[in-house]
Amino acid sequence: MRIFSLPDLGEGLTEAEIVAVLVREGDVIREDAPLLEVETDKAQVEIPSPMGGRVEKIHVAPGQTVKVGAPLVTFADAAAEPVAAAARGSAPPTSAAKAPKSAAPARTPVAAPSAPAALADGPVAATPATRRLARELGVDLKVVRGSGPGGRVLDEDVRAAASGPPIAPATVPASAEPAAPAGPAKPLGTVGLEAPSLPRFEQWGPVERAPLSHLRRTIALRMTLSATLVPHVTHFDRADITDLDALIARNLEAARAQGVTLTLTPFLLKAAALALLRHPTFNASLDPAAGEMVLKRYYNLGVAVATARGLIVPVLREIDRKPVLEIARELAALAQRVREGKATLDDLRGGTFTITNIGALGGTAALPIINYPEVAILGVARARQEAVVRQGQIVPRLMLPLTLTFDHRIADGADGARFATEIVQRLEAPERLLWEW
Amino acid sequence: MGDLVDEVEVAVLGGGPGGYSAAFRCAELGLETVVIDAAQRLGGACLFEGCIPSKALLHVASVLNEAGRAKEFGVDFGEPRISLDPLRKWKQERVVGKLARGLASVAKARGVEVIGGRGVFEDSSTLRVEAGETLRKVRFKHAIVATGSRPGGLPGLTQPSERIMDSTAALDLPDIPERLLVIGGGYIGLELGTVYATLGSRVTLVEMTNGLLPGVDRDLVQPLHRRVNTLFTAIHLETRVTALREVGSEIEADLEGRGGERFDRVLVAVGRRAQSDGLGLEATRVRLTEHGRFVRVDERCRTEDPRIYAVGDITGEPMLAHRAMRQGKVAAEALAGRPAAFDNVAIPAVVFTDPEIAWCGLGEAQARDQGLPVKVGKFQWAASGRAATLGRSDGLTKVMADASSGRVLGVGIVGPGAGELIAEAALAVETAALAEDVALTIHAHPTLSESLMEAAEHLLGA
Repeated sequence: MRIFSLPDLGEGLTEAEIVAVLVREGDVIREDAPLLEVETDKAQVEIPSPMGGRVEKIHVAPGQTVKVGAPLVTFADAAAEPVAAAARGSAPPTSAAKAPKSAAPARTPVAAPSAPAALADGPVAATPATRRLARELGVDLKVVRGSGPGGRVLDEDVRAAASGPPIAPATVPASAEPAAPAGPAKPLGTVGLEAPSLPRFEQWGPVERAPLSHLRRTIALRMTLSATLVPHVTHFDRADITDLDALIARNLEAARAQGVTLTLTPFLLKAAALALLRHPTFNASLDPAAGEMVLKRYYNLGVAVATARGLIVPVLREIDRKPVLEIARELAALAQRVREGKATLDDLRGGTFTITNIGALGGTAALPIINYPEVAILGVARARQEAVVRQGQIVPRLMLPLTLTFDHRIADGADGARFATEIVQRLEAPERLLWEW
Repeated sequence: MGDLVDEVEVAVLGGGPGGYSAAFRCAELGLETVVIDAAQRLGGACLFEGCIPSKALLHVASVLNEAGRAKEFGVDFGEPRISLDPLRKWKQERVVGKLARGLASVAKARGVEVIGGRGVFEDSSTLRVEAGETLRKVRFKHAIVATGSRPGGLPGLTQPSERIMDSTAALDLPDIPERLLVIGGGYIGLELGTVYATLGSRVTLVEMTNGLLPGVDRDLVQPLHRRVNTLFTAIHLETRVTALREVGSEIEADLEGRGGERFDRVLVAVGRRAQSDGLGLEATRVRLTEHGRFVRVDERCRTEDPRIYAVGDITGEPMLAHRAMRQGKVAAEALAGRPAAFDNVAIPAVVFTDPEIAWCGLGEAQARDQGLPVKVGKFQWAASGRAATLGRSDGLTKVMADASSGRVLGVGIVGPGAGELIAEAALAVETAALAEDVALTIHAHPTLSESLMEAAEHLLGA
């Protein structure tokens, strides 16, 4: 009997969380076959088996945190010879793929015909359009769990895989092998912060004190909460809105005839909502107590409105389902209610993502703070005519600076870049915004 | 005299379906593209000496056949009189010529230049184009090799004689020989054998293996075998041709174990060979597959040479025009930086005989060999109303599905129109549809397409 314990992982790491167990008791595996996936403070790594043989006992379960030296797997005293070949190829040790891989049993040649290989090695069950989407989003379909009938991988599954940790499918297809569970959710640690007491400013000169308004206090509290609790990361991009600007100009009169003043913002809202549909993690909230991500299947976008009293963020509902003209109409009415102090509580809550457009006031970029508990905010600065090189020619184009600030706990820089790119692409093909909803 | 050098973004070598699909897609994506084709035309073997002319002749055969069968229901057209000149002219001008002109005009509209000549790689960025005495060089950023395949010969046997034809020569329809020997029981031998037999030749077919259409599901081959048995004079399985001699105006063939037999013409239809030789590929980093028959490509149709892509027959089996066309588009998109891949699950295959045979995806025998748990559903056309009205009840549709999920993995069809019916099956396999999806979809009555639904229902009930 040989026991394999958690090896020293280097970099001063003393413990690791078991993400997935890739073998089952009774499996016969060869040396170097992938055994476990563990996650440390630094990275998620796959631990290969240091020996070949039959797995007698597995001592750990996904979700468990184990110390270096703790027993992981006991091997039976099998023949010293490594047996057969493990069924699956090993992923690079620092594989970023977080999707749980199914624990395929190691197959010996003798067992092969009866083993329900099913389609493990065959084509992935997905339509050609879904497969193309996976390629566009850089998702390996083989590690995505399909939630469709017969285990078919749907667009939603691909998008979810592209923009974050895997989402447990609502229905587990009967045919699929049970994948290693992600383990129980656990609360995140909290960061305690208390402002130190202020110095006496009077010692340097005269001061005045004014009480904060209720709105100011609310803003202060929420911004402090967000800025201290949420690790912010910002992605910069620019959209060429020459065509969009022309489209708005062309339709200004027609829209006015319908009582709507057409501006850039409704198009921004539409573009963001459509992008959110494909990047659901940016339409989510992190539940630190449960250790879960809450993905909202509604797309209610907040628009930061500057009022005399301070910043207010009213919310427009179901932007994904409304045409731009309708969004423009609602936005105008909502902004008016807010400025007149007539907004209802319902006007102000239930948002899933926020856009703040400071373009009217100038500036080249802004790094807004996330409207907690949302996970992302799009900052829009003033569009300017710029000399842009297109096909070797310098041409004047109207460029709109954008910043996407998001919660690094939920998404990474690459995810943010993809999401921002999608918004930019949609702004650059404005006619599609008119008919897509 | 200095060489004439063209600089282009994409040079496509070969104007067949793979080549022109790639070129058109490249042009659509804004890439400056030229096609280098030995005959300076688009269409390739498919249009000029393969798919299209053979289907034109098979249509003629089918009309003759139907007219003959009309006696069954009391309509007698009399004995057909066949005039070869108008037939050849119709095939050449109204069918092939019309399509060729269509392709040429598409090329013109998309700004794709077709350069005539034999293209040979000088290195990984230059093609030398030889056309008679003139020499031209094309420097490219990317090349797509789509030189296709040519009919294979019988090693040591095929001596030059105009009476010994390959498929290209047979499609020219030089005459209707009284006695025709067809060597090879694959789809080409069967299709062209059918054409000549229907036009009046007495056809003898020899096949080396123990069945027609080697590798194809026996359930599908059986009805065809029964029919060609009556159409052909003789079918000799497990028989080799050991010698072919021209004797006067005849060809004497030695059939192993049967002695010598005399024929007026011989059709050699023993498969096709990829044309990877003589292209100068050794001057590039392109690598061939182990047996050196094909150019090695990945799923994006990239060869080992980062500048060079390859599509179509030259990249391997199945050598089918529609596979080449899809690959051509993949190669174009891949070199334009798009995330395209040839990841198709179902490549439909059709044998245009009477009855037609078509299949896609996994075959039953293949599933059994691989130990995959599959369920099989079958529907005999004897129970089809539409088949009865056509007087053709010899068809069969079968569906293979994954035993646990019910996902459709493969479909095989034999019967008139199978080539058209397979389209729905390919969609089902490609989109990972379940047998239940097929069974629950309404199929028009009375049509042959109901047979797929019926087979799926049978599978679910099984």
